[in-house]
Amino acid sequence: MSIDWFPLWLSLKVAVWATGISLILGIWLAWLLANKQFRGKDLLDALTTLPLALPPTVLGYYLLVVIGRRSWFGHAWEHLTGSPLVFTWHAAVIASTLHAIPLLIKSSRAALENVYQAFERAARVLGVSEWRLFWRVSIPLVRRPVAAATGLAFARSMGDFGTTLMVAGNIPGQTQTAALAIYDAVNSNNSRLALWLVIVISLLTVAIVFLANRLEQSRQA
Amino acid sequence: MIKGSIVRKFPPGPDSAGFHLEIDFEAAVGVTALFGPSGSGKTLTLDSIAGFVKPDAGRILLDDRILFDAESGVHLPPQQRSCGYVFQNYALFPHMTLRENLAFAAHSLPRLERHRRIAEQLERFKLTGMAGRYPHELSGGQKQRSSIARALIASPKIVLLDEPGRGLDDALRADLYSLIQELRQSLNVPVLLVTHDMQECLGLADRVLIYDAGRIVHRGSPAELLLNPGTVEAARLLGGFNIYEAEVIALDPARQTSRLRLLGEEISGPHLRGCFKGDRVAFCVRPEELHLTTHPGDNRIRATLRTTVERTQSIRADFGSDLVVDVPREAWSALEEEGRKSGWWVGIPARSLRQIAR
Repeated sequence: MSIDWFPLWLSLKVAVWATGISLILGIWLAWLLANKQFRGKDLLDALTTLPLALPPTVLGYYLLVVIGRRSWFGHAWEHLTGSPLVFTWHAAVIASTLHAIPLLIKSSRAALENVYQAFERAARVLGVSEWRLFWRVSIPLVRRPVAAATGLAFARSMGDFGTTLMVAGNIPGQTQTAALAIYDAVNSNNSRLALWLVIVISLLTVAIVFLANRLEQSRQA
Repeated sequence: MIKGSIVRKFPPGPDSAGFHLEIDFEAAVGVTALFGPSGSGKTLTLDSIAGFVKPDAGRILLDDRILFDAESGVHLPPQQRSCGYVFQNYALFPHMTLRENLAFAAHSLPRLERHRRIAEQLERFKLTGMAGRYPHELSGGQKQRSSIARALIASPKIVLLDEPGRGLDDALRADLYSLIQELRQSLNVPVLLVTHDMQECLGLADRVLIYDAGRIVHRGSPAELLLNPGTVEAARLLGGFNIYEAEVIALDPARQTSRLRLLGEEISGPHLRGCFKGDRVAFCVRPEELHLTTHPGDNRIRATLRTTVERTQSIRADFGSDLVVDVPREAWSALEEEGRKSGWWVGIPARSLRQIAR
């Protein structure tokens, strides 16, 4: 019996998308939290941490409320794309993003806050615009810790189970990611499939974590 | 020409005392030193001019431009102020080569002009061979020159130097001083130099503003300040002065003299304008203006020698209670033996007593 690799490819696809979205949104939010004073900053800070603390199923429940077919967002999505958002791989991307983004925000914010103040001042007084300062000074100076956090976020978004199950379901060939497929394979006594998926996922994750740690260390050196 | 007034208050916090900066200042083309102890508001002044800090009140004018005006709410961002700022730790961007650092600073110039300026600055600061190096590959002196080159590349309207001599060894500091001297000749803009080094002040500055606890307590040229520091605080900060408090016993306007009780003795002093009998006044005297003798006489005070310190041109004799005398070497060798036997008298010439504000 040949092994069905679809769940693994789906997991990778979801993780790439989720990491990409987390990277853009996460760095922007991290920059906001690190540099700006605004009303509701504490609330935003707490909200971005919450996915780390909440049980995945609770998160999934909230997500269903927000993006479900009867919600405002879900309705708009269906109107625009012609199909519902829930129980598609897009929903799995949203679920994974929610799990990945706190990691990126935390690390990037800490890194951005640590950028030696004189570098930013030096750039400003030289007439460099805030936008250019961000891209040419801040981002290059935080690229290592942010890259390390991106690796961890990728690993994290590959492995979500509970929230993905709630909002994307477990439809083989459509929304069944590797994490869900392992669960199914174990339940149906398909130990060969389970073992292979476990091995591949483990190797990938170990490699990513190893790389991320290396990046962290060389930053300190 | 820069001038302005700045008020900035920091309320006391749970683990910090409050601080209150309130100054009026003015600096023309040339080097103006902001001199004073740490935490007296010198760097805060630079940061207010550069636009990193927003004062609570006041206004700052650079040439004809308003950089800051509390009343009309003008607070230009640092980007629009045309200040060249040399940071204490250079703040060269570590991920850019020297050439990239300079190019980044000159980004607003057209391409050809930019290249010309970069080449020019590299040559002027003897950095041509270093253009491809990263800051961590440069020596301390090269970093120093690089940061100055970067600050000057876009032709700023004012140059702000934040303790540039700090942490440099003597040789590098000497290089820095000759570089600043050179800039003083060639730059046609005001240069503000933050320092708490007296030698830096005297050697480099055309004018000195003396800071203490958020105020400018005195201002003048280095030569003027050495002759008359103006206030007791300024004399203490500049260092090297004997500072006395005295009581006015008598005034003789006709002869332009006065009688004073100073260090417990009655001596004659200079004419004191606007003083009355019984007033307490402060004086300062430079150690080389006092006379060391071995006999009593007019305006001489009996003193006990505590310590002597060898200096290059003289012997510094310390008699305690603010009687420090610099004696030329030959005079000292002539006096030493007799003084040790019969005792010392320190002569205080009336004209050397300069009245300063208490």
